Amino acid sequence: MDTSFSPPLRARPQRDDYKLIGGAGERAAAAGLAGAEWYKCPVPRAALKALMKRDDAQAIRDTLLWYGAILAAGVLAWFSLGTWWAIPAFLLYGTLYCGPADSRWHEAGHGTAFKTRWMSDVLYQLASFQVLRRPTVWRWSHTRHHTDTLVTGRDPEIAAPVPVDIAGTLMNFFAIKSGPRELWRVLQNAAGRFSDEEKSFVPESEWPKVIREARVWVAIYAVVIGSCVVLHSWLPLLYIGLPSFYGAWLYNFFGLTQHAGLPENVLDHRLNCRTVKMNPLFRFLYWNMNYHVEHHMYPMVPFHALPQLHEAMKTDCAPVYPSTIAAYREIIPTMLRQVKDPQHHVVRVLPAKTA
Amino acid sequence: MSQWIEVCPLDDIEEEDVMRFDHAGRTFAVYRMDDSVYATDGLCTHEKVHLADGLVMDHVIECPKHNGRFDIRNGKALGAPACVNLATYPAKVEGGVIYLSV
Repeated sequence: MDTSFSPPLRARPQRDDYKLIGGAGERAAAAGLAGAEWYKCPVPRAALKALMKRDDAQAIRDTLLWYGAILAAGVLAWFSLGTWWAIPAFLLYGTLYCGPADSRWHEAGHGTAFKTRWMSDVLYQLASFQVLRRPTVWRWSHTRHHTDTLVTGRDPEIAAPVPVDIAGTLMNFFAIKSGPRELWRVLQNAAGRFSDEEKSFVPESEWPKVIREARVWVAIYAVVIGSCVVLHSWLPLLYIGLPSFYGAWLYNFFGLTQHAGLPENVLDHRLNCRTVKMNPLFRFLYWNMNYHVEHHMYPMVPFHALPQLHEAMKTDCAPVYPSTIAAYREIIPTMLRQVKDPQHHVVRVLPAKTA
Repeated sequence: MSQWIEVCPLDDIEEEDVMRFDHAGRTFAVYRMDDSVYATDGLCTHEKVHLADGLVMDHVIECPKHNGRFDIRNGKALGAPACVNLATYPAKVEGGVIYLSV
């Protein structure tokens, strides 16, 4: 099966191609790119079974550490009120509140974070709120992302579409474009309204759940904003709500390493995902999502086993990026060039035996 | 009328594991759990992925592609993205061999 290359769907990609309705999705399906079979590195079943095993202990430890750190930063921010130290203290609080929520949302959404299912479900709801993603809608959008990773007009989660919008990308480091759009969708869903794009990937049987969750969020935001009015203070919003904006930079910083600048419309995760070596602090904050090729190829493997999975398949993959800086040395010039040249992308070189 | 079809020796499937079994143009997933055997349709009802590549945990099979989960005893879908139940089939062990009724 040759999954290494598929022809571009259009001679010169356009931003409209990314629309799930009226975009390039139908052309992708006609080209056999939708719901297709993807390349898998051979990993023996026995080894894979061992790697897929679930465990509560590591996720409980990390979750307690994470919420402990948020609480500590929140207290620090409280005691720094009235001084200039409040700015870095709240930045730290917001970064911890929102940044790691992305990877917790992700891992809990896959159901791989904990062995005990209800723990994953609780963390999923909390992290979704913190990172400002409607839980059920984004569960289904992420399902599509895994079915049709970086397939133009099919994948709703392409973070750096081409031609690249540098200003928009930078604005989203503080959720300036994505945040208000998401809040508007929350209000629409709370009123029982769904966009055609949402209807294209969220089954109708799930709509009541979407509406219920949106109404709970509206109630929470109403209480927070009401507290601000009563107290004549921005503080409640600075603690709950606004961190999803001013703390968004960290997950964007990590998230761009996943796919930015890599080719669309290929059926091989070794070509359209990056695995990046990161330091232990980053790997805690990002819950090992830096092993992104491995995660996409075997999404059943929990975060704590991804380094071992990497060892099992690395000889069948393109070279790993040795650091976050090394990844950005590729991402930044590629994205800048993609502003004018949307056909340009990084080409990953696979080992000779499988290339 | 249903008939019993020989699948494989019991020992071919590890405890708490699953194996793919193809027969007459159909694909099944055959499970061994607590020394009982179970059989379901072989493809996930969500996106037709082979469940035999998934993980069996306490009578639950988790799909390898999107982590949809089903109870292998009755095929019940246990949460998104698995929303449609899985068909199940009678299975038994006789003389150390697994049989499936279709």
